[in-house]
Amino acid sequence: MARVSITVNGRKRSAEVETRLLLVHFLREQLNLTGTHVGCDTSQCGACTVLVDGRSAKSCTVFAVQADGAEVTTIEGLADGDRLHPLQEGFWEEHGLQCGYCTPGMIMSAVTLLHDNPAPTEQQIRDGLDGNLCRCTGYQHIVNAIQHAAASGSGR
Amino acid sequence: MASPVLPKLVGQRVKRREDPRLIQGRGTYVDDVKITGMQHLAFKRSDIAHGRIRSIDTSAAEAVDGVEAVFTGAQIAEFLGPMPIGTPFPSPDHRAVASDVVRYVGEPVAVVVARDRYVARDAADAVTIEYDPLPVVVDPEQALTGQPAVLHADFPNNAAVGPLPSGTGASPKAVDDTAIDQAFAEADVVVSQRMVNHRLAPTSIEPRGVVAHYEPGKDAMTIWSSTQNPHILRTFIAALTGLGQDQVRAIAPEVGGGFGSKINIYGEEYVAAALSKRLGLPLKWVEDRSEAFLCTIHGRDILAYVDLAARRDGTVLGLKLRLVADIGAYNMLLTAAIPTLTMTMASNVYAIPAIRATLTEVFTNKTPTDAYRGAGRPEAIYFVERAMDMLARELGVDPAEVRRRNFIPSDRFPFKTQTGAVYDSGDYAKALDRALEKAGWEGLKAERDAARAEGRLVGLGLSMYVEVCGVGPSSGLPTGGWEHSQVTVERDGRVSATTGASPHGQGNETTFAQMLADQLGIPMEHVRIHHGDTGVVKQGIGTFGSRSQAVGGAALHLAGGKVKKKMAKFAAALLEAHEGDLVFENGTISVKGSPSSAKSFADVAGYAYRPVKLPEGLEPGLSEEAFFEPSNNTYPFGCHIAMLEVDRDTGEPRLLKMVAVDDAGHLINPLIVEGQIHGGLAQGIGQALIEEVAYSDDGQPLTGSFMDYAIPRASDFPRFELESTVTPTPVNPLGAKGVGEAGTIGSTPCIVSAAVDALSGFGVRHVDMMLRPERLWRVINGGQA
Repeated sequence: MARVSITVNGRKRSAEVETRLLLVHFLREQLNLTGTHVGCDTSQCGACTVLVDGRSAKSCTVFAVQADGAEVTTIEGLADGDRLHPLQEGFWEEHGLQCGYCTPGMIMSAVTLLHDNPAPTEQQIRDGLDGNLCRCTGYQHIVNAIQHAAASGSGR
Repeated sequence: MASPVLPKLVGQRVKRREDPRLIQGRGTYVDDVKITGMQHLAFKRSDIAHGRIRSIDTSAAEAVDGVEAVFTGAQIAEFLGPMPIGTPFPSPDHRAVASDVVRYVGEPVAVVVARDRYVARDAADAVTIEYDPLPVVVDPEQALTGQPAVLHADFPNNAAVGPLPSGTGASPKAVDDTAIDQAFAEADVVVSQRMVNHRLAPTSIEPRGVVAHYEPGKDAMTIWSSTQNPHILRTFIAALTGLGQDQVRAIAPEVGGGFGSKINIYGEEYVAAALSKRLGLPLKWVEDRSEAFLCTIHGRDILAYVDLAARRDGTVLGLKLRLVADIGAYNMLLTAAIPTLTMTMASNVYAIPAIRATLTEVFTNKTPTDAYRGAGRPEAIYFVERAMDMLARELGVDPAEVRRRNFIPSDRFPFKTQTGAVYDSGDYAKALDRALEKAGWEGLKAERDAARAEGRLVGLGLSMYVEVCGVGPSSGLPTGGWEHSQVTVERDGRVSATTGASPHGQGNETTFAQMLADQLGIPMEHVRIHHGDTGVVKQGIGTFGSRSQAVGGAALHLAGGKVKKKMAKFAAALLEAHEGDLVFENGTISVKGSPSSAKSFADVAGYAYRPVKLPEGLEPGLSEEAFFEPSNNTYPFGCHIAMLEVDRDTGEPRLLKMVAVDDAGHLINPLIVEGQIHGGLAQGIGQALIEEVAYSDDGQPLTGSFMDYAIPRASDFPRFELESTVTPTPVNPLGAKGVGEAGTIGSTPCIVSAAVDALSGFGVRHVDMMLRPERLWRVINGGQA
């Protein structure tokens, strides 16, 4: 067991954890932040993507102890109070989701994508989503959603 | 002040009401459900494809700290009966947990109950099993020889079903071959090809999962499951746990995709329910991805010997289709029925005068197959469309033209095919024309030829499809083929409605609210759609076979009509008007021609719950329900066109253009329809290009994770170009046909045809999927595909 202290969505959280506990399970099981999902066990699907110190990371591939001292943002912490993040608006506006399971990870990946490139081309968006799998949408409306957010200045 | 005029919503691109919770991580999927005292299950699974269990040692597992119990298959068999199936076909004994012989890698052999999922997994790993290996068979045609393995003693030569002739369902009968023999005797041209429509993994991004909570004090079970059909789940869970259906409440919370794979009731669900009842504990099991590849049903895996007979002018005279379906090791709920749909749909959009289709289903040492998006229809359309393409090539005719010559004319509906399907409505030439225009077919051909002149390998493919949707009617489904809805106008004028069509991404909360808002003349925000909980939704069948709008939507429409009619009686009494003269719009009920004589919708609702003077013959309240039983299936259709380039050096195919024109009848929400088609296209293209479940000769899965099984990424696709034509169906009051599977069915054959076209300079007539670069490279370099 080890003691970790992680700031999650702006709140400092401390806990005794098994050293093998994955960050995603720490968030889901211990903090009840179940918006972060698990869709695979080999880091391909990206459903578990969160921000660690401001950069997207797959929380199924990070041990909670590795995130000790870090700032983590999950999908629950993305909106500014009642005001949705531009990417959340974009996904809603452009029908960027169907079952919604990949969506939190998709959005958290797109945060970093737009941060690094606030005005991406369509191909850059498609390439930038290589770490996130969606089985419902065929991605076209996801691309539209990210373009929608980019147009509103999300990455700036 | 006049109230604002409410826009009509049906047919509009309305944003989804499901989304605010889902984009904020506030949806509740099954793995998000927690109950005090809940324990976790982990399954020990077979790591060999065929063998007899010699011994199981659970002592090390039981010794792991935090383990509540360990059960072997033999122990579970003492209180849990065999897995039920939902088809009339004969089925071998199949247990949720094997007790003597294992028949595929991943089959459960023991189950652990433990404090958390980490401990449960540790303990499952600590179960030791010794097997006496048995011979393995993975090739379906080899399996039919009965060598080297027979999986089930009662099924000689591994023949699970058949050979069945088409149109006969479960009871084969003598078939008259005169017509088909004559067709082939008269033909100028016959194209013949063996084709494989290979095995796929559905891979919803949310894996399966279940929470079973038996409460001894209540003698009642609540079961949460990632399922497409909670009411069917309730029926089977009750039957297998010895409870009445009144004692079981099944809940499908947010369901993270299904694509047919979550129709089934799986062994893990039965075990969770049975063990929860036995132990009196809430139990959770959530599949991990590698388990999903092993233990969630696979789809497709049908090979066909196709012979198509035609005159020199392109008129098709006859089709022979000999199908062999590799169904894996056992029958699941609908396994045996799925390939029969391939026979049923063998006529595609063509008036083929003679068809002989036969089907044999075969057991092999693989994961069982069952419904995967399209379920039997993609296979039929693939086989027929590839053969039509070969015919066009043989005759030197444009692939669009050879198809056009054989269409069922639009004035011949309802049309009964030689395989027994009765198509409801269609205008295939319109869909073809629209697609040719949208794609710029002649221009594309010039573009292709110009690219070829530069030495590039560019090809075009076109496919037509018709599929069967809106599943019922009840005669065709053991569960019944109806759907149910209840619409309640609450005291305050808000509306609660239920639907048995339990969604998993289809957006029914939006489309159904659009419909009711229009029907009752109230704001959509005042309508709430409830689903996915048998404790709230009285009756239902579920969401599969693209039925939620065509059958579930129709039931909602009928229930809405009933409640509106009753409400009109209350309003007529209040307004001293004739109920037939009332207009429901903008949140008011008014008398036609005299808008000042009106009551608000909410006031009439309130009156219905306190009818000071109850109109004669009426009961108080506004809550009406309807079961809708369709008279027939619906038959959506369309035309898909693809342009593809093969890299001359590497053989890698690259999709350049994808045009889809689909006709699903009337559309409730074109935005949601687009999404359904996009997703369907992605899966159909995925099958053609990159997806394949593969096994080694000894039955070991070679595609057990997303590292080995490729589902498409965003960068695999160009922007899809869609259009629709609208040919309403007469079989339901909405004229809507259903759209969930269309994209998957139409897209696959045109991708393969485009690849064959691209490689036509190398003398190739057909290439089997998936179009792996190596296969195409071999064609380019003078070898066999």
